[in-house]
Amino acid sequence: MFRAPPARFVVNGAEFDYAGDPRRTLLDFLRYDLALCGTKKGCDHGQCGACTVIVDGKRVNSCLTLAVMQDGCEITTIEGIGTPHHLSALQRAFIKHDGFQCGYCTPGQICSATALLQELRNGWPSIGEPDDDLRERMSGNLCRCGAYSNIIMAIREVIEEPAA
Amino acid sequence: MKGFDYARASDLSDAIGSTARLIAGGTNLLDLMKLEVETPEVLLDINRIGLDQIATHGEGLRIGALVTNADCAADLRIRQGYPLLSRAILAGASPQLRNRATTGGNLCQRTRCGYFTDLASRCNKRQPGSGCDAIGGVTRNHAILGASVNCIATYPGDMAVALAALDGVVQIAGPDGMRNVPVRQFHRLPEDDPSRDNVLAAGEVITSVTLPAPGRGRQIYRKVRDRASYAFALVSVAAIIDMVDGRIARADLAFGGVAHKPWHDPLVGQVLLGERPSPALFRHAAELLLEGAQGHGGNDFKIPLLHRTLGAVLTEATGGSDVFQL
Ligand SMILES: Cc1cc2nc3c(=O)[nH]c(=O)nc-3n(C[C@H](O)[C@H](O)[C@H](O)COP(=O)(O)OP(=O)(O)OC[C@H]3O[C@@H](n4cnc5c(N)ncnc54)[C@H](O)[C@@H]3O)c2cc1C
Ligand code: SF4
Ligand code: FES
Ligand code: FES
Repeated sequence: MFRAPPARFVVNGAEFDYAGDPRRTLLDFLRYDLALCGTKKGCDHGQCGACTVIVDGKRVNSCLTLAVMQDGCEITTIEGIGTPHHLSALQRAFIKHDGFQCGYCTPGQICSATALLQELRNGWPSIGEPDDDLRERMSGNLCRCGAYSNIIMAIREVIEEPAA
Repeated sequence: MKGFDYARASDLSDAIGSTARLIAGGTNLLDLMKLEVETPEVLLDINRIGLDQIATHGEGLRIGALVTNADCAADLRIRQGYPLLSRAILAGASPQLRNRATTGGNLCQRTRCGYFTDLASRCNKRQPGSGCDAIGGVTRNHAILGASVNCIATYPGDMAVALAALDGVVQIAGPDGMRNVPVRQFHRLPEDDPSRDNVLAAGEVITSVTLPAPGRGRQIYRKVRDRASYAFALVSVAAIIDMVDGRIARADLAFGGVAHKPWHDPLVGQVLLGERPSPALFRHAAELLLEGAQGHGGNDFKIPLLHRTLGAVLTEATGGSDVFQL
C-alpha cells in the first residue's frame, strides 16, 4: 500500500475524507466512492471535458487531478447544480433547446457553462471571434453527437436573459 | 498507473532538493503517469507553497511558478503590457486545463511525439539508447529545426514561445541557491541526450518567471493548427514589432511547433531592423530562419507553412495590407 496523508474536502455541500490509494483520480472518487455518476469519463486524458466539475469556483477536468490533491477544496458536480425538480437556468435552457442527444457529454457541458458564466462576470478574456466567442469558450467540451449549435443557443439564452 | 507515495509540501524549502517528482496542476504529469510513460515513486504536491501571485518586478512583472495559466492570461497587467503572452496562453489547451495548468508546469510539459507516449515504440527520450521510431515514421508534429539523429521531437507549448519573444527569465531555486536562466536558454536541443527537455537539474524548482518592461511595439501570436481550437500548434509565431518613421525599430520573434525548444534566432530579427517593410524583406527573413530546416516526410509542409506564417505576421505587424507572396 502506498502512503499519502488523508484529504478532507467538500462535495456538493457535504464533507468527505479520502485516505485511500493516492492513484484515485477525483473523477473515479466521485463515481466509485460517492456514486455520483453524473460526472462522466470520456477520454480520461483531459481531451474531452466529459469529466468537468467545479473546484473552488473553477471548472477543471476531474480526470487529471487526484482525490488526495483536493484537501481543503470545495467541489460541485452536476448533482450539486440542480435536481429534476429544481433545475438550474442552464439545465432548463439545455432542455428547451435540445442541447444534447445521447446526453453523455451534458453534465460536463453544464458544469463547464456554469463556471463560464462566472468567468464572463469576472471579465476573463478569450481569443474567440467577438461575435462567436462562446464556441471558443466552450471548446474544452466535445460532443460526439454534435449538439453544438443547440448547446450554444442554450448558453446564449442564459447569458442574455439572466433572470429567465 | 504505477503506485506512488504522495506528500504535500508546505513551503518552498520542502521542495528544494527533494528527490520526489513535483506535481503542480498535474495536467501533463498525471496524463503521462496513466500511460506509464512517467513512473515516479514519490509525488510532492507543490500547490500549497505559495508562489501563486503576479507582482511588479522593476519595470516588468514577476509571475509566480504556481500562477495558473488562466489567472495569468486574465491579469490586467499582462493583458495591457504583454498581450502576446495572454493570447498565447489562451490559444493553448482548454479553459478547464488552463485553470489547473501552472507557469512552471507549462514550461516543463513534455513532447506530444506519439512514439514517446507509446510504450511499444523505441524512443530515446523515454528510454535512452533504445532508438527513435519517429524517424521514418509518422512525423506530422515533429521538428524541422535543431533536431538530431537521436530525436526529432518538438516542445509543444505556446506560453513559452511568447515568453521567448518577450525575453522572459526563469528563476530556479536549487540546493545551492537561486539561478536565473533566460527562457530562450531554458529548453535544450535534443543533441545526444533527448531525455533532458530543459536545463533543470535534480532537486531544482522553478519559482517564477520575470518579464522585462513591455517596451514598444505591436504584439502578435499566430498559431496554426489542425482545428480551430483545443489543438497543439503545427507552427506558431510570436512577434513584437515596433515601427518608427516607417522603419522597423524592434523585431523580437520566436517560433513554436518547429523545434525541441521555442525557436529564437537573433539573426532573423536583426535583418529586419532599420528596414522598411516589404515582401522581399520578409522573404529574406523567412529564408534566413529556414536556412537549415529539414523535413522528415510527414512534416515537410511545416517549412513553407512557417515561411508563409512569418510573412503574414510581419505584414500584419508592420501595418501592411499587401498579400504576402512566397
Ligand atoms: C488535451 C490537452 C491539450 C493541451 N493543449 C495544449 C496547447 O494547445 N498548448 C499548450 O501550450 N499546452 C497544451 N496542453 C498542455 C498543458 O498546457 C500542460 O499540461 C500544462 O501547462 C502543464 O502544467 P501543470 O501545472 O499541469 O504541470 P504538471 O503536470 O503538474 O507538471 C508537469 C511537469 O512539470 C514539473 N513541474 C511543475 N511545476 C514545477 C516547478 N515549479 N518547478 C519544477 N518543475 C515543475 C513536474 O514535475 C512535471 O514534470 C494540453 C494538455 C492537454 C491534456
Ligand atoms: S522523436 Fe524523440 S520523443 Fe519521439 S520517438 Fe524519437 S526520441 Fe522519442
Ligand atoms: S474524461 Fe476528463 S477530459 Fe475526457
Ligand atoms: S449529447 Fe451525445 S456526446 Fe454530446
